[in-house]
Amino acid sequence: MSGIWVYAEQRNGQFKKVTLELLSAGRKLADRLQQELCAVLPGKGVAGLAGTLGEYGADKVYVLEADALEHYTTDGYTNAVTALVQEHRPFAFLLGCTVLGRDLAAHVAQRLNTGLFTDCTALELEDGQLVFTRPIYAGKAFVKGVCPEARPVMATVRPNVLSVDPPQAGRTAQVVQVAPQVGEIRQTVKEVVRQESTRPELTEADIIVSGGRGMKGPENFKLLEELADVMGAAVGASRAAVDAGWVPHSMQVGQTGKTVSPVLYIACGISGAIQHLAGMSSSKCIVAINKDPEAPIFKVADYGIVGDLFEVLPVLAQEVKKLKEEG
Amino acid sequence: MKIVVLLKQTFDTEAKISLDAGGRINRQGVNLIINPYDEYAVEEALRLKEKHGGEVTVVSVGEAQVQDALRQALAMGADKAVLVSPDGVEVDEYSTAVILAKAVARQEYDIVLAGWRAIDDGSAQVAARVAEILGLPMVNMVTKLEVNGGRAVATREIEGGVEVVEVPLPAVITAQKGLNEPRYPSMKGIMQAKKKPLEKLGLSDLGLDPAQAAPKVKILQYFLPAARAAGKILPGEPAEAAAALAKALREEAKVI
Ligand SMILES: Cc1cc2nc3c(=O)[nH]c(=O)nc-3n(C[C@H](O)[C@H](O)[C@H](O)COP(=O)(O)OP(=O)(O)OC[C@H]3O[C@@H](n4cnc5c(N)ncnc54)[C@H](O)[C@@H]3O)c2cc1C
Ligand SMILES: Nc1ncnc2c1ncn2[C@@H]1O[C@H](COP(=O)(O)O)[C@@H](O)[C@H]1O
Repeated sequence: MSGIWVYAEQRNGQFKKVTLELLSAGRKLADRLQQELCAVLPGKGVAGLAGTLGEYGADKVYVLEADALEHYTTDGYTNAVTALVQEHRPFAFLLGCTVLGRDLAAHVAQRLNTGLFTDCTALELEDGQLVFTRPIYAGKAFVKGVCPEARPVMATVRPNVLSVDPPQAGRTAQVVQVAPQVGEIRQTVKEVVRQESTRPELTEADIIVSGGRGMKGPENFKLLEELADVMGAAVGASRAAVDAGWVPHSMQVGQTGKTVSPVLYIACGISGAIQHLAGMSSSKCIVAINKDPEAPIFKVADYGIVGDLFEVLPVLAQEVKKLKEEG
Repeated sequence: MKIVVLLKQTFDTEAKISLDAGGRINRQGVNLIINPYDEYAVEEALRLKEKHGGEVTVVSVGEAQVQDALRQALAMGADKAVLVSPDGVEVDEYSTAVILAKAVARQEYDIVLAGWRAIDDGSAQVAARVAEILGLPMVNMVTKLEVNGGRAVATREIEGGVEVVEVPLPAVITAQKGLNEPRYPSMKGIMQAKKKPLEKLGLSDLGLDPAQAAPKVKILQYFLPAARAAGKILPGEPAEAAAALAKALREEAKVI
């Protein structure tokens, strides 16, 4: 029952930022417990990525290569990962709280008859036990808990809350090629449609520019996109904007949308309903642009502008651009 | 077609959260609702029944007040409900799934629908655990569902897009926002709901020893987040304020 394991999630040969965040946190835990830090890397044609995991702190990388693992399926990945965990019995197994990580973690945890903390915002080592903190009631409260007996201790961690330590060039991990036990896969993936975007993923973005009912119409989201592009930001929305059909639900931030914790969140024409705050109140710096000085969003904002967003946004984009050009 | 829906009663999304004297989440005076994602699951079940015929059973694990949520699902059009009370025994997601799986196994089912996540202390894992215990394939976070000839074709949300996945029935499908718009119960539905069967069970009725459903995790502490400090309103005309904001974000907050 030894080893800190991290699930290495990648798409198109690019690791999710949360994977690097987990490696940095996992490295510190492994050092304190004097255990190995291992990464689990399933997929097809992924062996070449193992080096990066070594540079970010992994001692060992289990590479699970199979044609059947080219795309994520619940069964294929659950079967392969569960079998590997059962063989090596690590102490802890950490995944990113992404669409994939959530699905996989829940299935694997049940197969292993163990506990699982999801969407954690902190993990600490206390008396040899891992203590997990996770938000409940959409961030209106938090809970701390442990998994006293069952092993491995499992958790998914929210992207963007742990920091990434710089990689060490030349640091290598031992690469272990494993023939994965893929088993029967009952899910047939018929089609995958992705809107390839040049902007970062909402849940991983350092900066998010969000629009609400105050945007008045879908065409005005262009103003947010322009600001987002000068800042390297993602674009989000309130439920009012989604329900009006202006933008897809995948952009919704809040209790029934995405939970985000960027470094900077700019809310434009969003009143700050409790269900919206639920999804973004853990952002490090919050900016509100709203013409109503009484809007509740100002209660959580670090900076506010009381004014018309149609006048503020274009100037803000220009000013940010100017600052960026000055370096 | 026999459809089972896993339904959790949750706090209203408006609910203010506080801690009671014992340091636990205060449940006094809180408005309770059907978990919004489970409401989509109920609606989808009713639509499947309308299309294919059959029966909709809603199943919940919880205390007596959960009957209100179950009655509401019956009023929407579900046929019967089962409420399993853990009899004051401490439960976690593992325990809940063990109990739910036992309750579902007593029913006939072609498909099990659930929410992808409970919005209270939920953690998006109970449905997956139930699927594993029952040995059923699952498709998570579904925004479109078609059922035909013993197979389900489900469109699910993935990062940056969607994916269409086919599974053989019986299967577990979890609902994401966008799947449908839940109906409101009609007056007639509310009247009929009073006469529909609502079975109340304890763990022993399911042949479960509390030890079999013993939690895997232990809660140490609940706490409330620290309040955010008051912010700064940037004065002046829009252009002036925007320029001041850009400067503050760079020099003071150091976030751009
Ligand atoms: C079960 C449930 C779940 C929910 N989940 C979510 C969720 O996940 N996410 C979410 O966001 N909401 C959610 N909601 C909805 C939430 O309660 C609010 O209705 C919603 O957030 C309001 O969106 P808004 O702030 O864009 O719109 P409004 O509340 O209408 O606010 C619009 C704001 O724009 C400002 N404005 C208008 N014109 C301008 C202008 N020219 N310049 C500057 N400001 C302007 C106005 O002053 C106002 O403050 C949920 C509700 C329920 C019941
Ligand atoms: N106590 C419960 N009773 C019935 N269904 C539940 C219960 N808890 C969770 N579920 C189902 O599992 C889904 C996911 O819940 P959770 O894993 O708690 O986020 C919910 O949307 C419900 O469909």
